[in-house]
This record gives sequence, structure tokens and C-alpha cells, in this order.
Amino acid sequence: MAVDADGAVTAPGPGSLNGQPGPRAELIQLLTPEGERADHPDYPLELSTDEVKSLYRDLVIVRRIDTEAIALQRQGELGIWASLLGQEAAQVGSGRALTPRDMAFPTYREHGVAWCRGLDPTKLLELFRGVSHGGWDPAEHNFQLYTIVIGAQTLHATGYAMGIQRDGLVGENGEAAIVYFGDGATSQGDVNEAFIWASVFNAPVVFFCQNNQWAISEPLERQSRIPLYQRASGFGFPGLRVDGNDVFACLAVTGKAMQAARDGQGPTLIEAYTYRMGAHTTTDDPTRYRLATELEAWKLKDPVERVKAYLVRTGSADTAFFEGIDAEAAQVGKRIRKACLEMPDPAPLAMFENVYSEPTALLREEREQYAAYLDSFVTEEAAR
Amino acid sequence: MTTLTLSKALNEGLRKALEDDPKVVVMGEDVGKLGGVFRVTDGLQKDFGESRVVDTPLAESGIVGTAIGLALRGYRPVCEIQFDGFVFPAFDQIVSQLAKMRLRSQGRTAVPVVIRIPFGGGIGAVEHHSESPEALFAHTAGLRVVACSGPANAYTMIQQSIRCDDPVIFFEPKRRYWDKAEVDTAGGLAGVPPLEAASTVAEGTDVTVLTYGPLVRTCVEAAVAARDDGRALEVIDLRSLSPLDLATIVASVRRTGRCVVVHEAPVTGGLGAEIAARVTEACFYQLEAPVLRVGGFSTPYPPSRLEDHYLPDLDRVLDAVDRTFAY
Repeated sequence: MAVDADGAVTAPGPGSLNGQPGPRAELIQLLTPEGERADHPDYPLELSTDEVKSLYRDLVIVRRIDTEAIALQRQGELGIWASLLGQEAAQVGSGRALTPRDMAFPTYREHGVAWCRGLDPTKLLELFRGVSHGGWDPAEHNFQLYTIVIGAQTLHATGYAMGIQRDGLVGENGEAAIVYFGDGATSQGDVNEAFIWASVFNAPVVFFCQNNQWAISEPLERQSRIPLYQRASGFGFPGLRVDGNDVFACLAVTGKAMQAARDGQGPTLIEAYTYRMGAHTTTDDPTRYRLATELEAWKLKDPVERVKAYLVRTGSADTAFFEGIDAEAAQVGKRIRKACLEMPDPAPLAMFENVYSEPTALLREEREQYAAYLDSFVTEEAAR
Repeated sequence: MTTLTLSKALNEGLRKALEDDPKVVVMGEDVGKLGGVFRVTDGLQKDFGESRVVDTPLAESGIVGTAIGLALRGYRPVCEIQFDGFVFPAFDQIVSQLAKMRLRSQGRTAVPVVIRIPFGGGIGAVEHHSESPEALFAHTAGLRVVACSGPANAYTMIQQSIRCDDPVIFFEPKRRYWDKAEVDTAGGLAGVPPLEAASTVAEGTDVTVLTYGPLVRTCVEAAVAARDDGRALEVIDLRSLSPLDLATIVASVRRTGRCVVVHEAPVTGGLGAEIAARVTEACFYQLEAPVLRVGGFSTPYPPSRLEDHYLPDLDRVLDAVDRTFAY
């Protein structure tokens, strides 16, 4: 990739762009489903045993958080939950590639990225329990609030990256933004507009698309005739496809793209090729639209099991290590369950707060009137 | 004091804001070399550079969406939407993203974005260039919605909007861009009424006429004409459409006992309906007549050869005033 004097980016040659089936898209993979290391000339990755173990720990804990949240929803403690099952490697790999100063813009399914940013998972539960629209401070962990409207956050990330440029923080000691979205989102106008903005302004942003094959019930073929990563070439920046179930590859690919962005080389589209093992959300029934055989095939590519296989195969971890991680994950599950059950409902009058920087006269009046209305029941009760 | 057109007053206000705060960024279609199709940003890119006065790609959702991102990074973007009818591609970014960010972050995240929109008809334009969509934004909690009406308040209100920590939808009466008036560009903002304050532009005792944007001038002219009939119209320029300055409105109607709301937007579901409800509730015992509305018909904006029939003018305002005396 090259950047000319005007900041325009020359992208590498496209794959098959004529709508006809082209050669098989190259999938960047550094760890096979069987747990064997693979090498890629563009993505050398040296990880110590401790680093691999630490990635494994994140994968297991993130899956445990997801399992616990689904259970909490089934027990009526959460209104809904969007499961990340199957996408742990894409999220942990990319999330661990970020520096503290990078800014992440998530969808509503980025629980694994949230974990990597150091966010307490109980904060995520607030949203799904219905006690807030987002319980965390985006500035504290450089992790923005979840965005529900599909693709809207891609523009926010791009604008934020334009702010990084204006702060003079591209190049040495640079910062970058990363934005998460799914295969369905690539059909949204906002995502395409974000591609254009990022491209023409050469903004330091990485577009991380988790292609989990399904937009609720709609398969990828309803969104695109070409591999999604190839879309980038039409916008003038590099796109690549990584094995989204390979935490090593996701780490390496995201790390390189983020560094390119920080250095001033502009945006990259990463298509993390993965699979949504669960339902879209807890309200969804995937048996109505997809075949069990597809699920079975993807089970063999499990993102957590392959790291475990690698650790076992290389003799890097013993049973005690795996049991220890499982026990720690169980503790996290227990802790967030307890925090969820103890989470109080917000006070009714809290809804009048933070609409504006200062409450307007109208809001103050509505708040007072509603407070008086609520008090009238207390008074009635007391009189009885 | 300097004599300025409304367009130039906005230009001077933007220039002042760019000088005062290095975080202010002006962005939109054709705002750079061209200076905007109404020349509101004329010369700003030349003086402040391409990173502060940004010619954007041609996509409104992209303009507002990236402005939100810039605001999240600590900037104060001022977006130009070229014409009222082109704001709708950005509707999700304004209504679902911009308006709710502060609440969703429990007050931690401010998004001080200003969205400038030339609005209203009367310039003989083709369709989608003459709309008055303000009620759609006033209906959205979290947004401030304001409309300037002349050079003097345009100069101060644009600066106040940029300084405001809330998102502001800033409507500019496009057919008044060339109106001239004296503007105090030396005085600063101290002593200027707050952004959310209405302004009484003609005092009177018989009927309260509430209006904003392009029709302020029309209503003031109606007040002058009404004097010949022996009627004293009190004309209030609302300036802020959300929040409404209900205290000023109610105080006036309680004195006059009659109220007419005038806007270009269709009356159905419009701001006049909201104001009529509020006034009726607060002034029920003082009202001598129902609150009447003068506005666009419940039709799409007509072809420009018919717009004089659609747009409220002096006579339609006076007709409504007459009708309030028929009760």
C-alpha cells in the first residue's frame, strides 16, 4: 500500500470484482483448527507461552460471561442478550491488539472487546437488564458505548479518527480508532459513507467486520456477491480476510492494521471470517432458517478449543492450568450473576436527568409534577 | 455597529467562533472554496485552513456522523446541511445518535455539534429546497432547536449555539439571507439574551403573535398594518423552538387574551399545535378566543409558482387576527 502526497491511498490489486466466483479468498491463518501453528509471510507473530496462556484465559472467561448472561436472560434477569458464542477469537484477538490510547467503537455484541479493554462485564449487563442505556464511562477504558442502530458507529469512529489527525497524533506516537460491525452492516449507507470519509481523508481507523455469516436470519449472500473484504478496494484502501476463529491471526492482523493507521497510512478493512454459533439474540430461533449441519461444521473450528489444543500439543500447559482457568472463569460468572441480581432499578426520576447539559424549565416542571404524582400514592398509603 | 446581511452576519459569527476556540470545525458540502451555496462560509477556509473548514463528501449522514465522532474527540463541529430537504439522510444520526448520546452516557459524554440548516420557502426553488422540518427536531428530546430571524440575532445565536454543550439544530431563514441590518460585532456575547429566550419584537396589547425565522419580518409588517385598524399586535420572535420560552409566551397571552401562531411549516402536528396546547392550558381563563394557527397547508410543499399561496403572508396573518376577534 502506498500513500501519495495528497493523502490518497493506493490499494493493492483487488480479487475477483466482476461478480463471478473468483479464486478462493485468501484466509490469513496462524493457528489451524487442530491447534497447529501456521506461518504467514506478512504476519510474523512471536508469542511467549505466557502470552498464549493469557489469550486462552481471555477466551475462556469471555465465553463464560456469555454463558452466564444467557442463563440470566433465561431466568428473567436480563431482558435480552446478544451472544458472542463463536466470535471470541475475533474479539479477543482484535481487542488485545489495541493500545490503551486507541479508541474502540463497538456494536452491541462486543463483550469480548469490552473485557480486553478492562471494562467490568457487569456494566454490560446494565444495558441488557434495562437499568441504563450504557453504564460505563467511554473515556475510562477508551471503549465507546454499545451502538444498536446497525452501522451508525462506523461514522463516529471515522470522525473520531479525523479528530486524531487534527490533534497531530498520527505518525510517531500515534493513535487510532477501531470500529466493529457485522456482515449485515456492510449493506448500510452509513458504513459505506464511513469507508468513503476514511478513504478520502486517510483517517486512522480500522474497520473490523466480524462476518459471522448471518444477519439474524439473512445469509451473507443477501448482503454481498463478493467477499466482503474485497469491498475495500473499491473505496481505495486495503482489505483482507482473516480466520476470525484464530485468535493469533486476529491479533496479528489487527495489530498491523492499527499500526498502519497510527503511522498515517490510513484505514484498513478487516473481515474476520467467523460464525455466530448461537442465536442472533436470546429472542431469536435460528433453527427456522439454518441447518444444523452448518453449525456442526463450524464446531470443528472452535476458537477456544484450538488454543487449548495448541497449548497441549506444545506441552505448554498442564491440567492444573486449564482447571485453574476454568475455576477463574466460574468465579467471574458467579460474580457477575451476583452483581446482576443485586442491581437496583434506577429511581423513576432519574429519567429526567442528562437530557441536556442543564435541565430545561419544561423538564424541571415535568419532573416536579411526576414526583408529586408519585408522592400522592405514598400519602394515600400512609393515610390508610 | 456595522450593516450586514444575515448571510454575512452568520459568516462573521462563524469567523468569531473559529477565532475564539481552536476546537471549532466547520464542515459540509461546498463550504470551502465556494463558501457555501449561500456564501455563509465565504472566505473561512482561506483564513482557517482545510482542516478547520472542511469540504466533505456529498452525504449528509456522513457529515453528521463524523461530526459526532469529532465531538467525541473534543471538537465542536458546525455542520452545514445545504438545504432543508437534504437533512433527512442524516435523520438517524441526528435523532438516534446525536440527541441521545448525553443521556446514554449518563451525562459523561457531551456532543456539542451544531447543524446549520437553511430552511423555508420563498426563493422560487425546485422541490426539497423550501421545507420547514423544525417540528421533527423539536419533537426529539436532547436536541436544542433554534431559528434566527435577522442579522443581529444570527450573529449572536450562531456563536451561542457553538458554545452550547448540547447539540443544536440551527435554522436559517434562507429567503432573509440578503436582509440587511445593523449588527454589533464588537460587543461580544456579554449581555446578550440567552439562546433559549424569546424576544418581543413589537409590543402590543390586543393579540399575541408568535412566530420565528422568516416570518418574523412578515409579522412585524402585519403589526404595522394592523395599527391602521386600531389593533396593537404583540409580536414575539420565539428564537428557541426547543426548549420553548413558555414564560414569555404565557405572560404575553395573559395580557392580550388572544394568540396567533405563525409558521411556514404545515400546521398539522406542527409547533403551533404544541404552543396552542401549552397556551390553552396556562391561559385558559384569560383567552378570549381559541389559539389560531397560520401556516403551511397539510400538503407537500407546492411547486414554486404556487408557493405564494402556500406561504403565510401579511394578509393571512391579519385574517387570523381578525378571526380571533370574531369570538
